[in-house]
Amino acid sequence: MSSASTAIQFDGVTLGYGRRPAVHHLDGEIPAGCLMAVVGPNGAGKSTLLKGIVGTLKPLEGHIRLKGPASGIAYLPQVAEIDRSFPLSVYDLVAMGLWSRSGLFGGIGRRDHARIEEALAAVGLTGFERRPLSTLSGGQMQRALFARLLLQDAPLILLDEPFTAIDAKTTADLLDLVRRWHDESRTVVAVLHDLDMVKRSFPQTLLIAREPVAWGATGEVLSPENLLKARRMVEAYDPHADVCHRSVA
Amino acid sequence: MLDLFYAPFSEFEFMRRALVGVIAIALGGGPVGVFLMLRRMSLTGDAMAHAILPGAAIGYLMAGLSLPAMTVGGLAAGVIVAIAAGLVSRFTSLKEDASLAAFYLLSLALGVTIVSLRGSNVDLLHVLFGTVLALDDHTLLLLASISTLTVLALAVLYRPLVLECVDPIFLRSVSRAGTPTHLIFLGLVVMNLVGGFHALGTLLAVGMMMLPAAASRFWTSDITMMMLVSVLIGIVSGVSGLLLSFHAELPAGPAIILSAGVVYVISLALGREGGLLWLAWPGRHLEA
Repeated sequence: MSSASTAIQFDGVTLGYGRRPAVHHLDGEIPAGCLMAVVGPNGAGKSTLLKGIVGTLKPLEGHIRLKGPASGIAYLPQVAEIDRSFPLSVYDLVAMGLWSRSGLFGGIGRRDHARIEEALAAVGLTGFERRPLSTLSGGQMQRALFARLLLQDAPLILLDEPFTAIDAKTTADLLDLVRRWHDESRTVVAVLHDLDMVKRSFPQTLLIAREPVAWGATGEVLSPENLLKARRMVEAYDPHADVCHRSVA
Repeated sequence: MLDLFYAPFSEFEFMRRALVGVIAIALGGGPVGVFLMLRRMSLTGDAMAHAILPGAAIGYLMAGLSLPAMTVGGLAAGVIVAIAAGLVSRFTSLKEDASLAAFYLLSLALGVTIVSLRGSNVDLLHVLFGTVLALDDHTLLLLASISTLTVLALAVLYRPLVLECVDPIFLRSVSRAGTPTHLIFLGLVVMNLVGGFHALGTLLAVGMMMLPAAASRFWTSDITMMMLVSVLIGIVSGVSGLLLSFHAELPAGPAIILSAGVVYVISLALGREGGLLWLAWPGRHLEA
């Protein structure tokens, strides 16, 4: 089933916390170069799925196979657990994107400086280099994090609710970057809530509600029936749930 | 007048040794304290300082007031408590601060009990408050080695250490350096506390780490500068504490920590980065 053009392959993946599944029995693959939205109600396991792909959460069952190395993932977590009170400049935050090249000790040369400036310009933060993180607004912080993603130059980009609480102008600017990544044939997986945006900009969609509801072309996936089904499914929480015996694919 | 500052050190060897000792402690402790503070682990440092006690006490029980025995015991106890607290917070629902509090209370009680099993009250005071005025060659060498190793290790670990404070998820997504960095850093904390323990005792060892670090935060928002300022504050507090104790015949350890405390309060009041004075009279707002 897996082919050279598969970026991520899921084989009977169940992800969860403790023994409780948050994403149940997911099978399928994300083709390389795909621009895919992950949609579903709150608590559907969208963020959990991304954590599973990044590898910070080990599957309770099944396997997630990545085409490239795990270091080829650029991941933007949901509430970026960034300590904004930490005395760090925008420049230094963005420069972290070069980690895969500079590593623990490598220097940052003149070409790297130019690339950092370029990334800052691309997100509209030129002139913010010396600003401490604590002085940034939510939108500016998100722009800085996108600049870091740009520098990471990763073939696979995971975005967890990147536009939540971000104004329209910033969203439009950052969405342009997402399209640019897609044009550069990177694989982009984004958790989103704005279904209109998904319909407009994301060709592929995975609708989940603790297990996959529908997966494929966005127009077909986001049918009213599927959305209703998703909303019903996510509400099932059984404090005395039995052990799951569904067979692994 | 100058004599007041100079004479105690020129005349008495024990004062010169104490001077070298506190400078060594300031060199290692300041930067470690800055990172403890930035990682919101100030109280962790405090807890670990107490955790060292039973190890040092067992060393003392077996070999008396012997430098190697108490150092090895202290290091072992500190590392064990740091790892145990880390594991408890990682695998149970107890947060790290609560699990550390549990371990350090246990350690402190155990340590004091062990010391009093064999020793006199004088020994107990020695263990609790240190003997900065009686540092021998071996202790000085130990303090100097610890601060050298600390400065070198921090230089090597600087990047992952900063990254782990600011954005641990990002570090985890690009590198495996996070956990080893954290462990080595905890090791540095324990080492510096054991060093501080010999001079200042378990209760005050952490003072030369946290007070200079906390004070430095009020003067700069640049991490490198913060470390330099904290070292400077540590040295100034050490020297003035020693002079204070010499002239006013106060116990040296508490005098040093009190001096650091005075610097901290002054910084809190006047510091250019968020000191109270500037909060109260910020001046008129700017154009942009």
